[in-house]
Amino acid sequence: MTTLEAAVAILGALGVGAAAFPVRARVVVAALFTILASLCALVVGIYELRTGHVVTVVSHSVIPVTGIDLRLDAMGAVFVSLTAVVAIAASVFTIGYAQHHSMSRSAAGAFPLFVVAMLLVPAAWSVMTFMALWEVMALASLVLVLSDYRRSESVRSAGLWYAVLTHVGAAAIALGLLLLAGHAGGQGFDAIISHSATMSSGLRGLVFVLLFAGFASKAGAVPLHVWLPRAHAEAPSAVSALMSAAMVNLGIYGVLRAGDTLLGGGPAWWWIMVIVTGAVSAIYGSIHAATSTDLKRLLAYSTTDNIGLVFIAIGTAGLLSASGSRTFAALALFAGLFHLVNHSIFKGTLFLSAGSIQYTTGTRNLDSLGGLLSRMPVASTIFAVGSVAISALPPLGGFVSEWILLQSLLHGLSNSTTVTIILMPLSVAALALTGGLTAAAFVKAFGVGFLGIPRSEAAERVVEPPRLMNFGAGTLGLLCVVLGLAPMVVIKGLSGAVRSAQPGSGSAVDARGVAIALRGAHGVFEPTLIALALGVAILLVGGLRWLLSRRLAVRRAPAWGCGRELQTARMTYTATSFAEPLQRIFDDIVQPSRDLDVSHREESRYFVESVRFGTRDADAFERTLYRPTFAAVRAIAHKARLLQNGSIHRYLGYGLAVLVIILVVAR
Amino acid sequence: MTTGQLTPWVIGADLGQVVLFLIGAPLLVGLMRSIRCRMEGRIGPPVTQPWKDLRKLVAKQRTQPVQSTIFFASAPVVLVASTIVAVWLTPLLSTQVSLVGGSDLFAVVFLLLLGSVSMSLAALDTATAFGGMGSSRLMTIVALAEPALLVAILALAAPLHSSSLSSIVVASLHHPVWLATPQRLLSFGAFVIVILAESGRLPVDNPATHLELTMIHEALILEYSGPDLALVNLGENLRLTFMLALLSNLFFPWGIATGTGGWSLPIALVSLIGKVAVLGALVSVGEVGVAKLRLFRVPELMAGAFMLSILAVLSALVIA
Repeated sequence: MTTLEAAVAILGALGVGAAAFPVRARVVVAALFTILASLCALVVGIYELRTGHVVTVVSHSVIPVTGIDLRLDAMGAVFVSLTAVVAIAASVFTIGYAQHHSMSRSAAGAFPLFVVAMLLVPAAWSVMTFMALWEVMALASLVLVLSDYRRSESVRSAGLWYAVLTHVGAAAIALGLLLLAGHAGGQGFDAIISHSATMSSGLRGLVFVLLFAGFASKAGAVPLHVWLPRAHAEAPSAVSALMSAAMVNLGIYGVLRAGDTLLGGGPAWWWIMVIVTGAVSAIYGSIHAATSTDLKRLLAYSTTDNIGLVFIAIGTAGLLSASGSRTFAALALFAGLFHLVNHSIFKGTLFLSAGSIQYTTGTRNLDSLGGLLSRMPVASTIFAVGSVAISALPPLGGFVSEWILLQSLLHGLSNSTTVTIILMPLSVAALALTGGLTAAAFVKAFGVGFLGIPRSEAAERVVEPPRLMNFGAGTLGLLCVVLGLAPMVVIKGLSGAVRSAQPGSGSAVDARGVAIALRGAHGVFEPTLIALALGVAILLVGGLRWLLSRRLAVRRAPAWGCGRELQTARMTYTATSFAEPLQRIFDDIVQPSRDLDVSHREESRYFVESVRFGTRDADAFERTLYRPTFAAVRAIAHKARLLQNGSIHRYLGYGLAVLVIILVVAR
Repeated sequence: MTTGQLTPWVIGADLGQVVLFLIGAPLLVGLMRSIRCRMEGRIGPPVTQPWKDLRKLVAKQRTQPVQSTIFFASAPVVLVASTIVAVWLTPLLSTQVSLVGGSDLFAVVFLLLLGSVSMSLAALDTATAFGGMGSSRLMTIVALAEPALLVAILALAAPLHSSSLSSIVVASLHHPVWLATPQRLLSFGAFVIVILAESGRLPVDNPATHLELTMIHEALILEYSGPDLALVNLGENLRLTFMLALLSNLFFPWGIATGTGGWSLPIALVSLIGKVAVLGALVSVGEVGVAKLRLFRVPELMAGAFMLSILAVLSALVIA
């Protein structure tokens, strides 16, 4: 196992060599190395989850001074396995994608590097190893986001936003980890774990806030989410899938690792902060998803929303654990991890199939799609499966994870402190509103984009994407179904991870046959049997309809539409019109930028010549929080120029002044 | 507590309630219509009229818009099937259910959501402006009703630490005084508002008109005809009846069979029919004096229901 874990890193390093190959071979080489590395990592991850043996790789010769220190425990193994599964699907998809689109040298080299960094981050067991891998992951993904930088200005701007936010986050994480290492007197995680309990509570709080802010920016939680809708929308779809289904998970991983392992749990206020951030992210993300018309932007906002739900669950776990109810804390943590697994699978499916749509139609704008289901049935069916799963509808994975999330919040109430009595109902409300809005968002995405009639020529002439693209997306789609019908397959592994994060809590959820049973609480759930019942009922009702109406064949006729003749695509509801009621209701939060341009005829103002109406999704945080911050930074930088006027005398004077200050302070 | 043993008696009772609902749902709607007619000084059609309409529709040919897909064709089936499963899972006649791991209030909510979503997709599949309008409005209302509904459920489930339907029903049965507690009354209020919204009754949607522009449900199903329309109507009737029955059993479970005794099932049957008929009659009496709300006033109503349900949870935990 140790060899395999080392093989992941070596394969990644070799994969970078893909950049050297000619344009056709480049993609295949990069994808094959990625797949091989992911397979090795998947084997290690599953081995760890099944046996519970910690896999360790320590070498002091690879990198001088700090060495490399990898140790994969059950919690890390969940993230590694999940990343590996998504990466395999995304690599297969990329091979199909590149049959007609070339891939630049830098992108081909960065792709394996990005995946391997993500596969190793959850195993990093020292501050230097962690930060080094974290930076490789950030930079490689930045290169990938910028793959199409020649295409448009928005790609470059997305890259800039991502670069700034990810590095501000990395700086916060580095500061937090260095404070921990400084106190422990060593940079290994073991040293930190054994010393962190002796830190003053103020310093512990500061460290947690820094780490939480840094990891939340990677996870895309509000208000640090602004890079997400830009970068996910502009990156190539396989990269969006990897970022949304694997990289943001590592933000969650970081919070769990920092809060549970490194700091060994903390006071209630830490976790209240996590829950509130989660609830705000969930609601904000789902409102934006429900009103977006850009398919990939919609998916990106829905990532913010799902990450918010996971934060609610792990915050609840921390809160309950701080107040001593360990069994229900374990349940909440399990719920968070289970939702994370589901989110990765369905979001991977959706991003990859959105990639197929963009590939074949050349647009991500839902308003100019339509009627895709009859023109590309396979790709559309995959998107439909992902949509059903994300909307938490029976019988797919989202339904099961929504139920477990609700149960964890319900049992969170059994410990009735004032804080839980206020927070749990509001969390349930956030979960419910999010669920409803997500259903609306995906009825819009699928109904407007794939059903009905095409709204543009590109959508009219569309055909199935290359087989490998469908195969990559379809594999994840199949896993959505597996998670819905047989969620037991992941329960044991996740329970192990929960035990490793909260020692002594026991397993929170048991799989008994087809039933999911909550430990220490009255709650049994049999999603497999509900799905079976639903299937039988559909067959019976459908069969009855067939029996009753088989005498006459189904007649195909133009839609009636209240007797309106000549229905064209322009008369159908678009994504913008579908979302209009929700947009009006949540106007204060969405704040779209609209411009209305009416021009009149010269003869009289009573005759309108033309009306132009445009509306664009805007992010309120960008305008109210980020723009003023940028302006302030720029103003300060402007003032700072006074220090530097070109006079050598003055610079020598600065040197002297600093020397004096150092002498005074240091003595 | 329920044991969940699969005896023929339990399976029989569960299947019996499905058959009862399939037969009774159109009759309840007929009853509600004739009560409303009488209140407005008209005679109105007989109570069995919805059944006669269904029989007439079934005999016709199925028609489907030209470009529509399997989503249009299968939505009525999914609507009826998901509601049937919800009826089957819920303890309506007997507190013993055949599928313990599915008899859960949250699960039932998501099953009903499946019906709404499939109808919304079918409406978009017709590619008409009316379909899109109905679909958009339905999903807006569903999204806004969800928080009130789930928090109201939480108010019922929190004191028991379980969202299992049979536990809630049994608990209501064993503590009759419990019905008059503030949290029960508050969550009852929230439930009633949400049920009226979800089943398309006044003041959210008017089931008695056919003016598609002002409506949600009629715009949604405009393209359905023949046997498909029959299924849609049956499904909508089933949903309304099921929600009223759920309401009556969550808050007034009197008469429900707890054992397997000889007379318990007939008593449960009569009392369920009685309770649902009374609730249906109350809804139609209430509808006589109410006008439909503007669509953009509906969020206020839902926010009100949400406040009621939050208060219900708070009082459930603070008082208890």
